[in-house]
Amino acid sequence: MKRVNSVEALEKEREKIRAARDSNKPCITICTGTGCHAAGCYPVAEAFKKALKAQGMDGSVDLRNTGCHGFCERGPLVVIHPEKILYQRVKPEDAEEIITETIKKGNIIERLLYEHPVTGEKIAHERDVPFYKLQKRIIFGNNGAIDPTSIEDYLALGGYDALAKALTSMEPVQIVEEIKKSGLRGRGGGGFATGRKWESCRNAPGNNRYVICNADEGDPGAYMDRSLLEGNPHSVLEGMIIGAYAIGSHEGYVYVRNEYPLAVNNLRTALDQTAEWGLLGKNILGSGFDFTVKINRGGGAFVCGESTAMMASIEGQSGEPRPKHIHTVESGLHDKPTNLNNVETWANVPYIINQGADRYCRVGTDGSKGTKIFSLVGKVNNTGLVEVPMGITLREIIYDIGGGIIGGKRFKAVQTGGPSGGCIPESLLDLPVDFDRLTEVGSMMGSGGMIVMDESNCMVDVAKYFMNFLKEESCGKCTSCREGTRRMHEVLNRITEGEGREEDIELLEDLAFVTTEASLCALGGTAANPVLSTIRYFRDEYEAHIRDKKCPAGVCKALITYEIDPDQCTICGLCQKTCPADAIEGKVKSKKPFKIVPERCIRCGMCYEACKFDAIKVT
Amino acid sequence: MDVDRVESILKRYDHQDSSLVAMLQDLQAEMNYLPEDALKYIAETLDIPLTRVFRVATFYSAFSLTPKGKYQIQVCLGTACHVRGAARIVDTLERHLGIKPRGTTPDLLFSLDTVNCLGACAAGPIVVVNGEYHNEMSPLKSEKLLKQYQKTEKDN
Repeated sequence: MKRVNSVEALEKEREKIRAARDSNKPCITICTGTGCHAAGCYPVAEAFKKALKAQGMDGSVDLRNTGCHGFCERGPLVVIHPEKILYQRVKPEDAEEIITETIKKGNIIERLLYEHPVTGEKIAHERDVPFYKLQKRIIFGNNGAIDPTSIEDYLALGGYDALAKALTSMEPVQIVEEIKKSGLRGRGGGGFATGRKWESCRNAPGNNRYVICNADEGDPGAYMDRSLLEGNPHSVLEGMIIGAYAIGSHEGYVYVRNEYPLAVNNLRTALDQTAEWGLLGKNILGSGFDFTVKINRGGGAFVCGESTAMMASIEGQSGEPRPKHIHTVESGLHDKPTNLNNVETWANVPYIINQGADRYCRVGTDGSKGTKIFSLVGKVNNTGLVEVPMGITLREIIYDIGGGIIGGKRFKAVQTGGPSGGCIPESLLDLPVDFDRLTEVGSMMGSGGMIVMDESNCMVDVAKYFMNFLKEESCGKCTSCREGTRRMHEVLNRITEGEGREEDIELLEDLAFVTTEASLCALGGTAANPVLSTIRYFRDEYEAHIRDKKCPAGVCKALITYEIDPDQCTICGLCQKTCPADAIEGKVKSKKPFKIVPERCIRCGMCYEACKFDAIKVT
Repeated sequence: MDVDRVESILKRYDHQDSSLVAMLQDLQAEMNYLPEDALKYIAETLDIPLTRVFRVATFYSAFSLTPKGKYQIQVCLGTACHVRGAARIVDTLERHLGIKPRGTTPDLLFSLDTVNCLGACAAGPIVVVNGEYHNEMSPLKSEKLLKQYQKTEKDN
């Protein structure tokens, strides 16, 4: 491909690509996002390739490996276009039947359809599945339609026309104003007004400026940035180029986790393609604007998601944050004005430029505009990535889109905001989700992790989990954070060990105060949230651990016992075979039910998992 | 130490010390760990203090100063995996391998690591062995998985 030197040339190429495509030609798209990858999508893709060839149809049917469709729970997902028939949990052996039945004859294979969990109705089309129906997928929607390694796919769907519009018919200041007007706020967690950040960076004195895309998605339980970069890398790049033009920067970086190898690869491919097409590099689309992008891979340090730590890491240092009384928009990377935004924020930019701020503003709440992608995971039926308008309630997300709690168990809490966030109880399920409301109840938006917990999750254990995470990830620079997280973890640990003291809750609150107030960066500044929110909403669970030496959820090893219910024991002996501690007594084919010897039991839970008759009880 | 190998990595980044993290990542990927003499060589060649190289090498959890095993097992301890019982999987693997996370068995066959989140949350708990994902794992399933690898080794 030759480079395109003008907007007209780009449009001409786009028309050529579109003209060569027949929208009625059958196309099989296979989700190859991480969830489907783990569920075995590649053998399915291989099977389709083989079957199409065997039937001599490889010319008349398109086969496309796409990024994440979002409905990970039901993977591997296959969608047949143009009808958009959704087949779920597809196996390699289904490929041939799909081709002969659905592609050739137009018949729908009932067995592979999604079944409504309540009505039992089989749903054929993607758009009618409740999981998708209630979403508003303006950013994430194209993921399922394009091959992330094909710039032609992106162009065919109107890719880079926002860039063309920005470069030819908008002044940089106008773009900044448009973003300000849109009310877009940073999707990485902070929720800072993007337009204002751009403006400050643009107005900061100095010649060189940098833009950075933060793809160091460290919040455990969140993977929307990964899926966007893997599934639609050009949308992120387009946003970055527009932003760089608006800010006046000629050099950009994407800092991406090394744990996301596919994201790194797809991004690299996208960078090569944009350079080849003249959409990156010198004189982009003949506008006179130059911009290049480099990739930096993270080294597995959570704190590098913090802006100043990330900039230190890009400079080849260990990633330690610095005080921010001088903002990074004035003095960031190499002490130059630097604008850092998260993956999802950048991906919103082309949409805003294309549709205009007024239209973008129509979705959302007063303080939070547009949509947000959440990773809905944990103890919920329909796990996956969901893009919803700001202001939707937690109940709608968890019950209407998520299909409720697994196994009909009782909902206990939803954790948002990663290690900086908090646990929100059942009484607040009707809370509209936006930046400010989540903060009001002691949690935060964070990057959009939404981990649903049920009655079998212990909230003290969850607080301990996060504190362990934070103590490991604290870079150690601020004493308050380094020691505060450590001490809080110690206290939480002794509570879960059954050695909690009456004054421990108060002590945790004291430690939380100091850690919050005296730490430089957001890691320490918000580290207490998981503890404070669980104390606030689940104090009774703490008290049960401390006073009664009981873990009501049956999680904390030191406070639970495993027993065999003699009435349910079928004397099959499976538990005894599985027990690594030789703690189960009994004989197969005897008349006596098996029995656990508490002194020898290491509470590993293997027998509980092995028993097919629910005879093992945890108390 | 294979000087050419280290040198070719440094060349990839024009001997720029701002790319130190990337250099160490490539070294880790090629050697399975960061050998001490290679780190000394890098410090001398780039003309930067050895303390800085060590600081970076010990700051990021992706680096290891000791050799990793032939099979690198990673258990995801992201929140979604945690609430579905990932900690018990770590317990099980610890017990079977006789090592703690960040450890390697003396025969250099298995390394056990925990990672904060692999971004496959919907399919958790996740266990990754040499880059291969295993979804919806449990203590029992992880025991079986480990035994498979042990058997492969024995048969070889």
